[in-house]
Amino acid sequence: MARYIANKLFYTLVSLFILISATFFLMKAIPGNPFMSEKKVPVAIQERLYEQYGLNKPVYQQYFKYLGDIAQGDFGISMKKINQDVSTIIGDTFTASLKLGLVAIVVSVIVGVTLGLLAALYHRRLIDNIAMVVAVLGIAVPSFVIASLLQFVFSSKLHMFPTMGFKGPMYYVLPVTALAAQPIAFIARLTRSSMLEVLHADYIKTAKAKGLRWYAILFKHVIRNGILPIVTYLGPMTANIVTGSVVIEQIFGIGGIGKQFVQAIGVRDYPVIMGITIFYGILLMVARFLTDVAYVFVDPRIKLSGGKED
Amino acid sequence: MDTNDITVMSSPVDLKPEDFRKIGSDEKQAEVIQRESLSAWRDAWRRLRANKMAMTALGVLGLIVIAAIVGPMISKYNYYSNDLLNTNQKPSAEHWFGTDDLGRDMFVRTWYGARISLIVGLAAAMIDLFIGVIYGGIMGYFGGRVDNIMNKFSEILYAIPYLLVTILLLVVMEPSLPTIILALTITGWINMSWIVRGEIMQLKSREFVLASRSMGAGWRRLLFRHLLPNAMGPIIVTVTLSVPNAIFAEAFLSFLGLGVQAPIASLGSMINDALTGWLYYPWRMLFPAVLISLTMLSFNIFGDGLRDALDPKLKK
Repeated sequence: MARYIANKLFYTLVSLFILISATFFLMKAIPGNPFMSEKKVPVAIQERLYEQYGLNKPVYQQYFKYLGDIAQGDFGISMKKINQDVSTIIGDTFTASLKLGLVAIVVSVIVGVTLGLLAALYHRRLIDNIAMVVAVLGIAVPSFVIASLLQFVFSSKLHMFPTMGFKGPMYYVLPVTALAAQPIAFIARLTRSSMLEVLHADYIKTAKAKGLRWYAILFKHVIRNGILPIVTYLGPMTANIVTGSVVIEQIFGIGGIGKQFVQAIGVRDYPVIMGITIFYGILLMVARFLTDVAYVFVDPRIKLSGGKED
Repeated sequence: MDTNDITVMSSPVDLKPEDFRKIGSDEKQAEVIQRESLSAWRDAWRRLRANKMAMTALGVLGLIVIAAIVGPMISKYNYYSNDLLNTNQKPSAEHWFGTDDLGRDMFVRTWYGARISLIVGLAAAMIDLFIGVIYGGIMGYFGGRVDNIMNKFSEILYAIPYLLVTILLLVVMEPSLPTIILALTITGWINMSWIVRGEIMQLKSREFVLASRSMGAGWRRLLFRHLLPNAMGPIIVTVTLSVPNAIFAEAFLSFLGLGVQAPIASLGSMINDALTGWLYYPWRMLFPAVLISLTMLSFNIFGDGLRDALDPKLKK
């Protein structure tokens, strides 16, 4: 158990290290540097600039300095926004993204599980069919299409919700719906098939045979066992919501990290791109690591086989 | 299934001993093949054909592919010429899908964009297939230490979020059709390699492999003649389901300005272009959005149908 977690932790760290190194060397591979411009800058000034930013040192020294800085949470300075730390940019905008993301995760899990459970309980009936149509649509229709559609219908035509911004509860409804659509679809499908399996298991027959009431069977046996596979999806879901938020924040004008990321890519603000990439990387890898660990705690059957070996 | 058996057994037909005749066991008759024998593929095809949803999806995909090939040809417009006097026109007899902000014909651009999106999706899926089958095949076939090392390597790569690597690569390399496809496949093949690995590991201990091995077959023959063909079902399903993922990923990259560059269009880049001011010109968003959703929907439904047809055990 402890070995399994240590193992997972080790691989997570290796992956993270590779991502950071890849980010650094890829950015170094871009020809030129921030202080090369068409305008002639006096050599002395240029050298001062290189010295200040450590660009006159050999690449490997820059690399180790970069690793050290990141370990201390310093992602460098933005190239386009004057005197702005990348860490400050991330820190300032993270709250909005976090709020949006957390609400979307909670909504996804609640709606997804409910939908999947209903579909399984009413297998091959109307509710099942409706739920599966919703699930297929949620997977197939890209989130930015859903977002635009929601914006068009509910804020532009019906004026029910605000189009842009992120100020109060009403501002959450549309972005969260668009962001949660795909995870809801995945969770609903996952829950449905898992619950169907559980519903046909022998211990459910036993429970029925000994005369347990339906709600006792449902809550004590069906849901507790059927919910397990959902835990495995929590890691991928975080990834899904993070990438989704990049688009959704842009469409709904929410000042989160995603929006900063899109802007930075647009103007090729390399330190910001690198910083946010690594920040996202850490976030997603930690989420995946926690998912792996959580799964062992939730499902005691895994302990016996000693880790994930197909 | 079960209910059928029960009704046959309990059907109220009066049977008397005279109705029965002793036929004994005739070895010659036992060998006679009563029904036409079906290969696994024909059997799967029969199951697939019975699945109306999957066949509809296949039909829709066929239509989309044909339209993506023919669409740009039958129009008198092309996808790149601006017409600044006729910008943001509504759909009309002249421009069937209207025009965009530079007066380019949306009908041609939509089908041309579908062509690019399909090319990206299919090419990425094919490269994933190629690398994944080789890598996974080696892992699964040789097992042991080779498998251990190669699997660890793929696991480390897989833990790095897919879209982040893709974005990084495209920030460094200028986005163009080949670089986008390359960036999409850089870690995209891992999933396929795991599917192949799992299948091969299961298959290699089966009797027919042992039989072939005892007759002196080498690893190439075993792998390409026996193991991979038998693992074909899950491989095909994975390919089918990875096409829409690549199409979606390209659309997402377009959104970041890292997709195909103007004047080339993909469905994703058109949707992105349409976002500015689409509340006023909804048709600019409508056609590409409907088409990309329809394509992804069809691939997903068809892939699910394919999985059910190829592996009835998995059917839920």
